[in-house]
Amino acid sequence: MKKFERFKGVVAPLDRANVDTDLIIPKQFLKSIKRTGFGVNLFDELRYLDEGQPGQDCSQRPLNPDFVLNQQRFKGSEVLLARRNFGCGSSREHAPWALEDFGFKVVIAPSFADIFYNNSFKNGILLITFPEDVVDRLFAEVELSEGYQLDVDLENQRVVTPSGEILEFEVDEFRKHCLLEGLDDIGLTLKDEDAIRAFEQKHKAARPWLFRQSA
Amino acid sequence: MSGQTLYDKLWNQHLVKQRDDGTALIYIDRQLLHEVTSPQAFEGLRLANRKPWRLDANLATPDHNVPTTIKERAEGNSGIKDPVSLIQVQTLDDNCLEYGIEEFKINDPRQGIVHVVGPEQGATLPGMTVVCGDSHTATHGAFGALAHGIGTSEVEHVMATQCLLAQKMKNMQVRVEGALGLGVTAKDVVLAIIGKIGTAGGTGYAIEFAGSAIASLSMEGRMTVCNMAIEAGARVGLIAVDDTTIDYLAKRPFAPTAEQWEAAVTDWRNLVSDDDAQFDKVVILQAEEIEPQVSWGTSPEMVTGISGQVPDPLAALDETVQRSHTRALEYMGLHANQKITDIKLDKIFIGSCTNSRIEDLREAAKVAKGNKVANSIKLAMVVPGSGLVKRQAEAEGLDKIFIEAGFEWREPGCSMCLAMNADKLGAGEHCASTSNRNFEGRQGYGGRTHLVSPAMAAAAAIAGHFVDVRSLPANDATHAQEA
Repeated sequence: MKKFERFKGVVAPLDRANVDTDLIIPKQFLKSIKRTGFGVNLFDELRYLDEGQPGQDCSQRPLNPDFVLNQQRFKGSEVLLARRNFGCGSSREHAPWALEDFGFKVVIAPSFADIFYNNSFKNGILLITFPEDVVDRLFAEVELSEGYQLDVDLENQRVVTPSGEILEFEVDEFRKHCLLEGLDDIGLTLKDEDAIRAFEQKHKAARPWLFRQSA
Repeated sequence: MSGQTLYDKLWNQHLVKQRDDGTALIYIDRQLLHEVTSPQAFEGLRLANRKPWRLDANLATPDHNVPTTIKERAEGNSGIKDPVSLIQVQTLDDNCLEYGIEEFKINDPRQGIVHVVGPEQGATLPGMTVVCGDSHTATHGAFGALAHGIGTSEVEHVMATQCLLAQKMKNMQVRVEGALGLGVTAKDVVLAIIGKIGTAGGTGYAIEFAGSAIASLSMEGRMTVCNMAIEAGARVGLIAVDDTTIDYLAKRPFAPTAEQWEAAVTDWRNLVSDDDAQFDKVVILQAEEIEPQVSWGTSPEMVTGISGQVPDPLAALDETVQRSHTRALEYMGLHANQKITDIKLDKIFIGSCTNSRIEDLREAAKVAKGNKVANSIKLAMVVPGSGLVKRQAEAEGLDKIFIEAGFEWREPGCSMCLAMNADKLGAGEHCASTSNRNFEGRQGYGGRTHLVSPAMAAAAAIAGHFVDVRSLPANDATHAQEA
């Protein structure tokens, strides 16, 4: 995983509550056995006017001109501004894979679904939760100002707006650490291998029926 | 000090290590694998040169991509016409073979939807931690197991370390008190709960479902309720262990036997919340007030009773809700104040990890018996949750009832719940579906899903539009038989 560094990025607003993972990446693209290449199908049903198929050349497909990511002013955006309960629904990690592959590094919303939250951090995407009124205000600012960018500083847990306003956010220590250092958490967990083995033995002695010899 | 909730007990029994930064290592007893969310995890293991920690903790079966027509299935994997789907199923087979993980392959009679297979085999036991790269893993909480839906990175993490990195959730109790009315099922209960607390109402919580109406449900019904905890935002749904749980598990292939069974049962009896346990949030519903439910929108919280109507978006107080409702009605092709019973259907889907177990099929068959699917219905299909459910249904003659009524009787799999195989809706088609999600495009590009119980889906198939299943003669007969 790449280290998460401070950056300034264009903000794209997706003004819709309860964006589910089916909408972020429709099921037909889940048939891939790879982790990459999902970016062209991010928000496929909103982005294109036709039904997408896996492996298709998307450059020839008709675009929905009304969709925010198809508008010139939001080209190259790296921050997605969204509404409440973003990422609800299925556990498909293809959703953060698609966001990341498209180029998003940060999603800001008033709330996120639990599984999506975990999956995003494991793929180097920072999710920032701001209160609803702050998100409303950001939507209004983005709307009014073309080329609107936010300066995202995870180290200091703050976002700086173009007018210099500082918005502080919360993030848990472990996730922050992993993002900043680009750490593989399996490697980290395996440092506790002895503790896991010790637990496992005790657990097996207490509840042997949870362990099974192959049928 | 107050007592512990069921969730607290399960958490404490599996806590390997609490870290200073608030995260914890939780030991995982069972991982269920399917073809969609596991290939990248196996690939990750391979790239890092790691081995699975404990093979016997894993059990795999292909379910999302498998075709469901009897003809295609007769050909095994080569019956999968979509080459991309075929690669995914084949990759699961290859990975399980390479690493030595037990797999119920496509035509094994034990194959089926992971969340039907696990409990049916007794591979899900009370007091276990269960994970699967699928959000509907919450289903297994019906057994007093701590079951999480996880992403693919977490699947890999569990395979490599037998642990999950987790943070303790808050405790919510949803209590449904009283007796359910005739024709009102577990599906209606959980849809009513989601309608009440919303799709984000359970975010950050483990929900324990309790109360006399929940206790009266069969294991099949309890699984239906826990299955949809995620549709209320909660990764975890739970129900306390009682005689119903223990009776269901006795003699299942993976369940303990002899003295170990006795010891296990004694242990399982403790898997209930203490009387003085404190919940961070309590929600109470009265069973008598719940009527058969039908979803009208594009989120499971957009649901109402069969006697209700489609809401007027402008009546919502919140602007975001107004916009969501407006957009949902536009997508669904419905109008404000339309009666639910006026919604006409094109297709009927009875199946999915929510409602494809034997009891679900019995309920649907009772309604279908002696009737015919309406001419206006293009396709009505029944997809059993596993090969064993299918056999049981056939032994009871349910397949004949469905076929005579004009339903297609299919082979097990996820099928039209998410339409990764060939079973899907066309644009604009309305479907009465016993699945769990009515998101835009979920059952097919432009498809319109209405979530209902198996009995309500069968009734809609016969009428061609939604009807109140309580008004059908089948219900009286059913009641008389059972009484």
